[in-house]
Amino acid sequence: MDTKDTQSLNLEALRAKLAGKTGRRYWRSMEQIAETDEFKMWVEDEFPNRKAILELDRRQLLKYMGASMALAGLSGCRQVFLGQDKIVPYVNQPEELVPGRPLYYASTFTHAGYGQGVLVEQHEGRPTKIEGNPDHPENKGTSDHWMQASILSMYDPDRSGSVTTKDGEIGTWDGFFKKSRAAIASQKAKKGAGLRILMEATSSPTLIRQLAAIQKSLPEASIHVWDPVNRDNVRQGSALALGKDLEPVYNFENAQIVVSLDADFFSSMPGHLRYAKDFANARRVLGAEAEMNRLYAFESTPGLVGAMADHRWSVKASGIGEIAKGLYDAVSGGTPSGPLAKELAAIAADLKGFPDASIVVPGDHQPAAVHALAQMINLLLNPGRGCVKYIEPVTNAGAFSDLSLKELVDEMNAGKVEAIMMLGGNPVYDAPADLKFAEALAKVPFKMHHGKYVDETAMACDWHLPETHYLEEWGDARAYDGTVTFVQPVSYPLFEGRSKIELLAALFASPTSGYDLVRETYAATVPAAEFESSWRKALHVGVARETARPAVTATAVGTQPEVGAPVPGLEIAFRSEPHVFDGRYSNNGWLQELPRPLTQITWENAAIIGVETAKRLKLESEDVIELKYGGVPVNAPVFVQPGHAEDQVTVHFGYGRTRGGSVATSTDFFGGGFNAFALRTSKAMSFDKLEEPRKVASKAHPIATTQLHHQIEDDRDVIRSGTLTEYRKNPSLHEEAHHGGSPESKSLYPDNIFEFNGPQWGMTIDMNVCIGCNACAVACQAENNISVVGKEQVKNGREMHWIRIDRYYMGDLANPDETVFQPIACVHCEKAPCEPVCPVAATVHSHEGLNQMVYNRCVGTRYCSNNCPYKVRRYNYKNWSDNQKQFMDRIEPIAKIGGNTTTEKTNGIALLRMLNNPDVTVRGRGVMEKCTYCVQRINNVRIEAKKAGREPRDGEILTACQQSCPTQAIVFGNVADPESQVSKLRKDPRSYQLLRELQTRPRTSHMGRLRNPNPEITA
Amino acid sequence: MAPKEPLNDELILGQQSNATLDNTIGDLVLDQKKHNNKAWVLTFLVGFGMLHLFLASVAWLLYTGIGIWGNNIPSGWGFDIINFVWWIGIGHAGTLISAILLLMRQQWRNSINRFAEAMTIFAVICAAQYPLLHTGRPWVAYWLFPYPNILAMWPQFRSPLIWDVFAVNTYATVSVLFWLMGLIPDFATLRDRATNKIAKPILGILSFGWRGSARHWHRYEQAYLLLAGLSTPLVLSVHTIVSYDFAVSIVPGWNVTVFPPYFVAGAVFAGFAMVLLLIIPIRAMYSLKDLVTMRHIDWMAKIMLATGLIVFYGYILEAFYAWYSGNPYELKLLQWRFTGPYWPAYWLLIFFNGIVPQLMWNPKWRQNLMIVWVVSMGVTIGMWLERFVIIPISLTVNYLPSSDRMYIPTFWDFAMFAGTIGLFVTLMFLFVRFAPIINIFEMKDLLHKLHQEKQRKDKGGKPEPEAPAEVPAGAGE
Repeated sequence: MDTKDTQSLNLEALRAKLAGKTGRRYWRSMEQIAETDEFKMWVEDEFPNRKAILELDRRQLLKYMGASMALAGLSGCRQVFLGQDKIVPYVNQPEELVPGRPLYYASTFTHAGYGQGVLVEQHEGRPTKIEGNPDHPENKGTSDHWMQASILSMYDPDRSGSVTTKDGEIGTWDGFFKKSRAAIASQKAKKGAGLRILMEATSSPTLIRQLAAIQKSLPEASIHVWDPVNRDNVRQGSALALGKDLEPVYNFENAQIVVSLDADFFSSMPGHLRYAKDFANARRVLGAEAEMNRLYAFESTPGLVGAMADHRWSVKASGIGEIAKGLYDAVSGGTPSGPLAKELAAIAADLKGFPDASIVVPGDHQPAAVHALAQMINLLLNPGRGCVKYIEPVTNAGAFSDLSLKELVDEMNAGKVEAIMMLGGNPVYDAPADLKFAEALAKVPFKMHHGKYVDETAMACDWHLPETHYLEEWGDARAYDGTVTFVQPVSYPLFEGRSKIELLAALFASPTSGYDLVRETYAATVPAAEFESSWRKALHVGVARETARPAVTATAVGTQPEVGAPVPGLEIAFRSEPHVFDGRYSNNGWLQELPRPLTQITWENAAIIGVETAKRLKLESEDVIELKYGGVPVNAPVFVQPGHAEDQVTVHFGYGRTRGGSVATSTDFFGGGFNAFALRTSKAMSFDKLEEPRKVASKAHPIATTQLHHQIEDDRDVIRSGTLTEYRKNPSLHEEAHHGGSPESKSLYPDNIFEFNGPQWGMTIDMNVCIGCNACAVACQAENNISVVGKEQVKNGREMHWIRIDRYYMGDLANPDETVFQPIACVHCEKAPCEPVCPVAATVHSHEGLNQMVYNRCVGTRYCSNNCPYKVRRYNYKNWSDNQKQFMDRIEPIAKIGGNTTTEKTNGIALLRMLNNPDVTVRGRGVMEKCTYCVQRINNVRIEAKKAGREPRDGEILTACQQSCPTQAIVFGNVADPESQVSKLRKDPRSYQLLRELQTRPRTSHMGRLRNPNPEITA
Repeated sequence: MAPKEPLNDELILGQQSNATLDNTIGDLVLDQKKHNNKAWVLTFLVGFGMLHLFLASVAWLLYTGIGIWGNNIPSGWGFDIINFVWWIGIGHAGTLISAILLLMRQQWRNSINRFAEAMTIFAVICAAQYPLLHTGRPWVAYWLFPYPNILAMWPQFRSPLIWDVFAVNTYATVSVLFWLMGLIPDFATLRDRATNKIAKPILGILSFGWRGSARHWHRYEQAYLLLAGLSTPLVLSVHTIVSYDFAVSIVPGWNVTVFPPYFVAGAVFAGFAMVLLLIIPIRAMYSLKDLVTMRHIDWMAKIMLATGLIVFYGYILEAFYAWYSGNPYELKLLQWRFTGPYWPAYWLLIFFNGIVPQLMWNPKWRQNLMIVWVVSMGVTIGMWLERFVIIPISLTVNYLPSSDRMYIPTFWDFAMFAGTIGLFVTLMFLFVRFAPIINIFEMKDLLHKLHQEKQRKDKGGKPEPEAPAEVPAGAGE
């Protein structure tokens, strides 16, 4: 039926029809009133306008059929005009690539300018896991939580993907270059007088070479450096004490006595992986005759070093200066005055007893005077520089962050800056509040920002340029000791990012690939004849050998620097966040959800105070207080932390973000936290006096911690610990009396439950060297595709980490004598209580002693978890397996610069799926999961061994946690082989099985914690 | 409802004949107008509304996952298993009344057994929702059944959850059979009396061609007795096995040898409380006071008191052995129950289950329907709290103190619980309307026996020859 001939509407007729009606009458359309045939047809016929089949004659029917067939064939023309996804098999197999087997490439992860060597596991072109590079001088194969989590950042769907302009338009690199080259050209005329480059600390030889070239061609331009968490104090301290801008490098391997002045050389100081490893080696006790080092710690905010210390004193941040002075007095032969004088004298005597084998390490945030004093002590203690050497600074020689930024802001305010190029960093967010950086920046006519996220700074700029992730770019960096390492890409950039060096080359020289730039730099350092082979070798191992900075001869100059008096009353201490650092890792869900050491807080920061201070201020955890500093009020939740220095409020950076990704900025679903940078001023970068905080609300802000403050009852045999002296008397560290003799002797079970003539897997965890750094937890998360669940779910007790680090205190609540970390994952009980209660046999034992979870068979009754005395099983309460999918329904659309365009997140999920380890099943909702002892790694090694016709060698299988552990506290292997390392450790007297009285016979043994206190000092 | 009625020794009051019994009970089904009272309509609507809450929460549960509840890692079980055990327990009174009292030839069971059995079945239906829905993947929950399959997998027979599957299924099957069989002669009575054109054929189908012949009665009695014999061990076994879910584990607070008897006593305790809770308003609503007399109420209150004492003894023993064992984990749990953050739950439990039922010692208070009803309500709440104390509270405190974590139920936990109550109320009220809530023929039998007894007494104790048990029933007068 054709509709062309329907009668046209006559408006006059319509009016006439309506005029006759009274009352209310709703009409659907004018056609209804007109009661046209067309309207009737629409009402009566579900599919109007279709040709009734019955009306078709045979010819027409065939015509239509033919047409349909022909059109159906069009789908075969996809390539021609419909576009097509390409799935192309390898025509020529890439060298060394065997589908299903990963390849490893050496690269470099850079944190705060310092490079750490990594090996990147790559599955068919897809990087999935980071390991430490065994050839790197710092890592030696180990890794930290930042390295491990960096792989997630690569697949972060929130990473900036394209060049964007101020008005929210997506721009192009070409467009940007056109504008910026014009700006640079105009600057060239005045030798760059109006051009400023602001960047983060860098150690990259290529970047430094480029910057030097720029400086040369534009002598009036200046390059500024800003890092909110920097090493200015360290270098200024050296300048005070040694007269030169130097950086100390410690040697913990030789150090018998270590004094920490609020330092964190286990998890954040450059070189921390090496320091932790060397420290642990000097502490590891095997056999009754072994010696161990001794660690004294003066700490304001409880940290990993204090937890490991043999003697620990809580001293507020501003009080460390006095301690340093007292210690210097004592070491240099005088008598210490001030607080803890007696203890300091004893420490000094202990230190002096080990010449060239003792060091004092100050914290990076401590003022320069403390560093100067510490280095002067170190020079006295190390006449042969046994434990400390001084090298030229690894990053940005000459420029100090604090001064440099201030200078830049002054210039911007004076209107001298016409164009600013920000290479990384986020000064709008993290610059000291009193500098009012954003206001100054607004005065600059041409502003560019190059970074990984559209963050606060990007929002304030005219152009934002996406930066590549380190796994997508060529580059180089120096390690903590100056060794040059290479950044090698393992993937084509996922987005339109460019690296810093490529950007600088394209702007100031000619566009050059990163590869060529890095080669050029390297070429200048080796003879031309050896270059190619040397380059290949260096790239293969990721490290340019023998490029470490040489030690500089340093002697004490000048007089004893004056340290400031402690702040009277309450003080505020600013610290970098243990996991998100200064906010650069805010959008990383793994790091956000990783419980912070000691506090076990996830997803946010808090105003951390000591127990006595809380009592005095009548505050409790989860109260909300108003911190007021420099006239700026900030509301923060309180967290009461045992062992925290009294009269001090510690605030961590990195939270309260307003831009920079959905994970970083969302506040309800994720924690969000508060912005500590809003309180920090250039006058007091580390600590200052604080007004008494005002309580805003009681118990108003729930904090998601993974462990409550429950103390262990004395009669529980959970933690075994003792002093070295006690250990020599009773190596098992266990008072048998508690349980009426050894339960092992009373067991009804035979010793060998497993008759299988093959390997039996087991593990030992040495709590004596575990520093509690959490690297294992992230490594496990990366290896085993473990989901992130968000703050709300952590609060509900549903975090998914397969390995967790339990923290226990001993002694006084306000100031615990001892803090112990106990890493625990599934212990693979030989008589596993989880197995008999599963109604569907979804958890069963392998003949090699693994307690296995059959995900496909699990119906999710959770009975196994209830019956697990170690509570190491994790349950998918919701569908978290699509990585961060659960975050989607709660996040606000993310605005691009200036505009309101939303980011399409669905593609992001697909992106995050690429991160998954193909060797490990991804678990869906309703399924139980737990540690597998990395069964996929066991099988990979076994297959290789079988092919070679041998048994797997001891130490050949590394579980993910073991591989990452900086201190090698975790050992895995075959317990049926009496010669294996794990068997030997299991027989060590310190080794014990957790909850052995339950006769679960765990395959994982823990080894007791030892302390080596100075008998001269009474705690 | 008259709060106070005099106690007398009669099991049937008033001038009753077979015809009046037929009328009183049968008309509740045949004359639907009797239900047009506000109480029925309002209660039913509330129950029906809550049933929809149940459907909504199940839908949301299936869509989202167990994560909508408050369960977490130390507390893998929470409201789901609390409610399961609670409902199963409530069902027990029905089986006890029908089977054990039948075997013991307790005549007073006749006026309440039908009602109690119906309650059993509905409670089991409510209970069965939880084991199914508490699994993370309910669509594969059938793996808990032993069935031939290409996976070549049996369930894991060592798991108490499998024992549960068998126990609850057997229990449900036997209870339903028992109930339906008992209904056959009554449906026949109703069929014969029905005039409604729709009701008559339906009742005809339900009465399975019952004609009330001697052969029918003979077979009926045999089968009924057999089923009673079959149900008797179930009264003990079902809740014993449910208690194994806990007793077999190694969780402090669960691994308790006293659990099986204490669970069974608790179940009977809760069951009688629930019967009283329901029968007191219903007998008032439908003028059944002559059939469910104060004698019945009194006896049920006494049983409640007796089982309550057993349960209370269980609580004391639990605490005593925790202390006596010297086991640090048990002691910690004890302390956690007494003084931990959930202390109100524990002390309310002691109050409701230990203290309040002691009111039943006083015969005067046993005759005060208001007091009996309030005590029953208290016991019902108390028994729920008992499961709360056992399940999540034991799980929140652990061998490793690092794992201690609070369990906080969510809206959906309460919604689902309220939902099953809605399901129960709906089924119960439909039952009241569409089936004879008191066993008609057994009442006739009882009437006959009472009559004979009376005659015998009147004649100076000269025993009459024992009349056969069959009393003209279904076929009408």
